[in-house]
Amino acid sequence: MNVGRPAAATALLALAGPALCGPGTSGAVPESPAGYTATIPGSSVTFEMASVPAEAGAPGFWIGRREVTWAEYDVFRADPQAKVQRADEPPPGADAITRPTPPYADEAFGFGKQGMPALSITHHAAAGYARWLARRTGHAYRLPTEREWERACQKGGDARAVAEGRAWIKDNAADKPHPVGAKPANALGVFDLVGNVAEWVDSGSSALYPQVAKGGSWMDDAGAAGCAARRVSDPSWNERDPQDPQSIWWQTDATFVGFRVVRSFEAN
Amino acid sequence: MDDETRTRRDFIRSSAVAGGTLLAAGLRAPAVHAAGSDAIGIGLVGCGGRGRGAAADAVKSSPGVRVVAIGDAFADRVSETRERLKELGEAGAVPDERAFVGLDAYQKVIAAPGVNYVILATPPGFRPTHLEAAVAAGKNVFTEKPVAVDGPGIRSVLATAEAAKSKGLGVGAGTQRRHELGYVEALKRVQDGGIGEILAARAYWNQGSLWNKPRQSSWSDLEWQMRNWLYFTWLSGDHIVEQHVHNLDVINWAMGGHPVQAMGMGGRQSRISPEYGHGFDHFAIDYEYANGRHMMSMCRQIPDCANRVAETIVGTKGSCELESGVKRYELVGGSAYKFTGTFTNPYVQEHTDLIASIRAGKPYNELKQVAESTLTAIMGRISAYTGKAVSWEEALASSEALVPTALAFGPMPVPAVARPGQVT
Repeated sequence: MNVGRPAAATALLALAGPALCGPGTSGAVPESPAGYTATIPGSSVTFEMASVPAEAGAPGFWIGRREVTWAEYDVFRADPQAKVQRADEPPPGADAITRPTPPYADEAFGFGKQGMPALSITHHAAAGYARWLARRTGHAYRLPTEREWERACQKGGDARAVAEGRAWIKDNAADKPHPVGAKPANALGVFDLVGNVAEWVDSGSSALYPQVAKGGSWMDDAGAAGCAARRVSDPSWNERDPQDPQSIWWQTDATFVGFRVVRSFEAN
Repeated sequence: MDDETRTRRDFIRSSAVAGGTLLAAGLRAPAVHAAGSDAIGIGLVGCGGRGRGAAADAVKSSPGVRVVAIGDAFADRVSETRERLKELGEAGAVPDERAFVGLDAYQKVIAAPGVNYVILATPPGFRPTHLEAAVAAGKNVFTEKPVAVDGPGIRSVLATAEAAKSKGLGVGAGTQRRHELGYVEALKRVQDGGIGEILAARAYWNQGSLWNKPRQSSWSDLEWQMRNWLYFTWLSGDHIVEQHVHNLDVINWAMGGHPVQAMGMGGRQSRISPEYGHGFDHFAIDYEYANGRHMMSMCRQIPDCANRVAETIVGTKGSCELESGVKRYELVGGSAYKFTGTFTNPYVQEHTDLIASIRAGKPYNELKQVAESTLTAIMGRISAYTGKAVSWEEALASSEALVPTALAFGPMPVPAVARPGQVT
């Protein structure tokens, strides 16, 4: 990905000194870059990235320590330099960065926004956020592939997340999603990979549906949450959008889905 | 009034079509098709996103439904809609001669051969005229909410409701919570005493901002206002009428009738620039019902504030919590209940139910109930705009006609923003 590097944006990217990764990571793979904290350019909103070391045949990458929050997502929504892309407009050129239309009703579905993961947004919206973040920071943020997501899950020991009580699932979530990072992190320092909101991954397709969301959610039983858990989206996830065409950004019936971003070590 | 003679259970039964009870109209409907078949031919009046969505929902709802004619004030809307409807295949193929453009397009759609199910989805200011024309022509109607923006419009719609009844026509309204099974089941339990006697209610539609279309140099005042109809009271009724009517309708449903008085306030804090016309961006209304019970209502369209879209009914033994967005239909305390039934998309169900009632020869007519919920909202708006308490009778008898009698594309001034206490 050949992203622009606006000087101001790059200057605002603050690389944290010490690794934020959980115990064991930096020691186990000392050659891996450390995790870091960054500020979204043009805002005071920060996010943290954890390091997922390279292994045989698989390059390393950073992954968001937390699911992308409304605070982060709303910076994207409010960016006046990005063009609002309506569902009934042809997509702008490949270089154009687009942002969401205003949502109908309450985009947070009564769950509130403080510390909460952005949810019930489309795969297009999640990928659009990552593209926007890449453009604004000069770093190639993107959605994880399913394989990368599963690696972060497995390497972090999240096969045991449910058993160890580190995942918001149906049994303990009290019928609602929760603020990100409220449960203990995994061994890589990553929170909520399993449970809370399922997470969009990159399938290589830009179609609205079907797409894959990983990990299970606050609505799922223990058996449907974990590193292998996947939901495949379909139009029922937005069935109560009464407009034609339906929104390409917002979904009416998918409060169980959110996302996080990754960035390859090698990309830039 | 009719409502006072109806019991609460009758009221809810008339709404509970999704549960299988149909309001008997007393008269058998005419064959839905000239040939006497069950074929439903849609005439779509208003080719915006909701109109197209409603046409598609109707086609999906039942077999034997197709779009026969479409119309809109604007040519681009008509051509976009013809393209979009092609996704429905044969059921969405509209030929040139049945695609109409102009302010009088509604008349041509209603008169088009094969149309027996008119969907009205223009901005609400036009609704009373369109409803009157469709019913006069003997057509079944699915009308989007709200059904008017002022007292004269409501009086017209109430007369049309009676005319539709006497003709045995089906009229469904886009207050889709009436066809959302969780609402039907929860409110049935409220009516059966599940939370005891109703003491009070709350209704909310607090959200961020909505779309706005930048003015093009080729647009006349009228075109600009119609394409941004949300922000002009003569077109939308303001957002309390256009949007919050959903929540007010739920409380009227629970209460078994409409409020008798409103005392409200509101204003515009964020929509202060000209592209937002003269509408308010927030309202808070205290409604009083005939039995002295109150509903507290609030609605807001301001970004980055606390949001909530929900209804609560408080009784002597518990409360009913309704939140469509998360499919919460729950009685807390009293006869505790949580809806766990199969969810069906209410935007489709409202057509399934209406078409089934028409085909069964027992068409239901929701026009009076949606007119009353619309007037509930209008009464609140008048109170907020004027700063005065407003009675049901005053709102209904109001001579303030917001919609111009003769419309033509050209100049149209924007009214001043209402200033409470300074309006007579």
